[in-house]
Amino acid sequence: MQVKHPRQSVMIRGKRFRHCDGSSLRSSVAICGSIGLLAIYAACGRAEGAGEVTLRFWAMGAEGEQVAKLVPQFERENPGIRVRVQQIPWTAAHEKLLTAHVGKSTPDVAQLGNTWIPEFEALGALRSLGALIAQSTIVRPEGFFPGIWATNIVDDTVYGIPWYVDTRVLFYRKDLLARAGWREMPTTWADWRRAMEDIKRTVGNDRWAIFLPTNEWAQPAILGMQAGSPLLKDGGRWGAFSDPEFLRAFEFYLGLYRDGLAPVYGNTDIANVFQEFERGLFVFYITGPWNIGEFGRRLPAELQDDWATAPLPGPTGPASGLSTAGGSSLVLFEESEHPAEAWELIEFLSRPDIQVRFYQETGDLPARVESWQDTVLSRNDKALAFRQQLERVKPVPLVPEIELIMAKLIDYSEQSIRGGVPPAEAMRRLDDEVNHILEKRRWILERRMARAAP
Amino acid sequence: MRAETIERQVARAAWLFLAPALLLIGLFFFLPAAAALVLSLTDFDIYALADIGNARVVGASNYARLIDHPLFWTALKNTFYFALGCGPLTVLVALVAALLVNAPLTRSRTFFRTAYFVPFVTTLVAVAIVWRYLYHKNYGLLNYTLGAFGIEPVDWLGDPTWAMPAIILMAVWKNFGYYMLIFIAGLQAIPRELYEAAELDGASAWRRFLHVTLPQLGPSLVFVGVVVMIGYFQLFAEPYVMTQGGPLKSTTSLVLLMYEEGFRWWRMGFAAAIAFVLFVIILIWTLIQRRLEPKAA
Repeated sequence: MQVKHPRQSVMIRGKRFRHCDGSSLRSSVAICGSIGLLAIYAACGRAEGAGEVTLRFWAMGAEGEQVAKLVPQFERENPGIRVRVQQIPWTAAHEKLLTAHVGKSTPDVAQLGNTWIPEFEALGALRSLGALIAQSTIVRPEGFFPGIWATNIVDDTVYGIPWYVDTRVLFYRKDLLARAGWREMPTTWADWRRAMEDIKRTVGNDRWAIFLPTNEWAQPAILGMQAGSPLLKDGGRWGAFSDPEFLRAFEFYLGLYRDGLAPVYGNTDIANVFQEFERGLFVFYITGPWNIGEFGRRLPAELQDDWATAPLPGPTGPASGLSTAGGSSLVLFEESEHPAEAWELIEFLSRPDIQVRFYQETGDLPARVESWQDTVLSRNDKALAFRQQLERVKPVPLVPEIELIMAKLIDYSEQSIRGGVPPAEAMRRLDDEVNHILEKRRWILERRMARAAP
Repeated sequence: MRAETIERQVARAAWLFLAPALLLIGLFFFLPAAAALVLSLTDFDIYALADIGNARVVGASNYARLIDHPLFWTALKNTFYFALGCGPLTVLVALVAALLVNAPLTRSRTFFRTAYFVPFVTTLVAVAIVWRYLYHKNYGLLNYTLGAFGIEPVDWLGDPTWAMPAIILMAVWKNFGYYMLIFIAGLQAIPRELYEAAELDGASAWRRFLHVTLPQLGPSLVFVGVVVMIGYFQLFAEPYVMTQGGPLKSTTSLVLLMYEEGFRWWRMGFAAAIAFVLFVIILIWTLIQRRLEPKAA
């Protein structure tokens, strides 16, 4: 029942050593005392070979699995550079990166969720990329979706290169929607809600119209932004969750659970979302691009014509159907000893041909506009919804605390969904907490302004 | 005069012998603990990580915030719920298992001893995956079995009422084997003559248990009681891998809250304050336990 710290590699005088098992280290230390420490470090470490550069690349989840397949080509094209891909599960990624920064054992390159960039920039963990981009023939800002490129900029400086874009659209069962009497996917909240009620009537008690995992923040945040809420106001100084815009969206969201249109399930309560989608446990599912590939692979062939994707409905129609400007960027860490080689890797992964290959492996949508002209992508009707949605994306507020605030959004929405706390009360409590979280940010901003003033 | 020099030399030798241990304890326990106390009086966070000038000394306000924080009280309640529910249950199950395994009539004792001990040495993450399946609402073995008795399926890990009992059940299963071994050792140290004498006096099996076994097991019981409770107050891994503290924070323990605040959000000042509160709770609890069990050797 001890707190286990993520394993980290150990650095001594700038040399990076291989992993050393923390627990054996601890017990050995107890025996030998601090004098033996250096000897133990040396014993379990092995310095890297001379002349060859080994890059450490942290990639998360499915990307970590798939990017390893692209690495051999990079190593062939760049003799002398080896890449060690380390897969980090998404659920542990944030704390591992933070701990690695504190322990000065950050990798050279990492995939970073673009909502994390402001936080790691505030830490001073990231290298600014302006100069490298200026000299690059491969990475040019105008080649990327502008809404996505913007998420990588903090105070006019670029810290990340968009790798793939992640926005949320609706995945749905065409056949079950049609059976409920809807030939077309509705585009307004009111019609969408009516369609869900019709579906619920046709599928019965133990099936639902939509699966909205109670422990994912993207769905309530998106609905809030659609209703016109900025989520945070006054330059990210105060919470805006108890304001009328967000409350309206939250009532809509909550109503889906209250009226039995969505099961009160978290994303761990459904063991296999593909199986359940196939069995028709739910008709709508708001999720991201990686699932185009997963649904294609895991659903049986006879179902492939019965499911589709669509841009999100909005409160007043398609134009209000915003979604998040999410996705991952590739970043260079300040601590990296091989920034030039690491940049080569980022350029390699940004090449349109590599982006298309990566798309084929993962279903992750390329962040470069050119990659979309490729026939593999333009032919895929399931990716089309994303292409349309990408014209209407908006990032969540770019403040370092956003990850924590979104975790709190889950906590307080669950109080309403599962605990029966009235929505206005839950959101008032959320704003209280958010305002407390942002107190430090307000203090920092005020101090910065006071210093800037003469 | 001479005696005094010898005394001084002895004292010096004693300090020398103690020095390595003291140095290690000082370096690896008191120093970090003191640093944590200082940390808990600041608002050390990611901004301070970037530039130490961004840390402010905030006095006791982390502690004040803790008292105001509903999640802290939830975590405190959950921790006590777990410790008080799971602790006695573990001791009881361990004791019963020890008596059964140690009973002269039991066959293949080594097998049972090993079988009961295996969960303790199995990796928690592997165990958690299996138990997640056992607890699954639709396909779980537990609900399947209950269904045979006509009991409606329970969403064990998804229902705030049932999540903690589910964790408790798993923790008892996972941990009782170790304490069972301690009890077996205790049982085997009880002289046979005591039982023979009691038997001659016509004491029933229950009486023999009450008046011979229990008092003789006293020291083991005290030890197990204290160690179990200290361990359970630091509940972390079970909810971390099984429920991540959910649903509705019903399995968030103090240590899990501290871990999240400290290592997930890097609000170190706040996390350090939680750590100190937990330290004080465990200290007080252990002192109370020692009072309640005066037979402690």
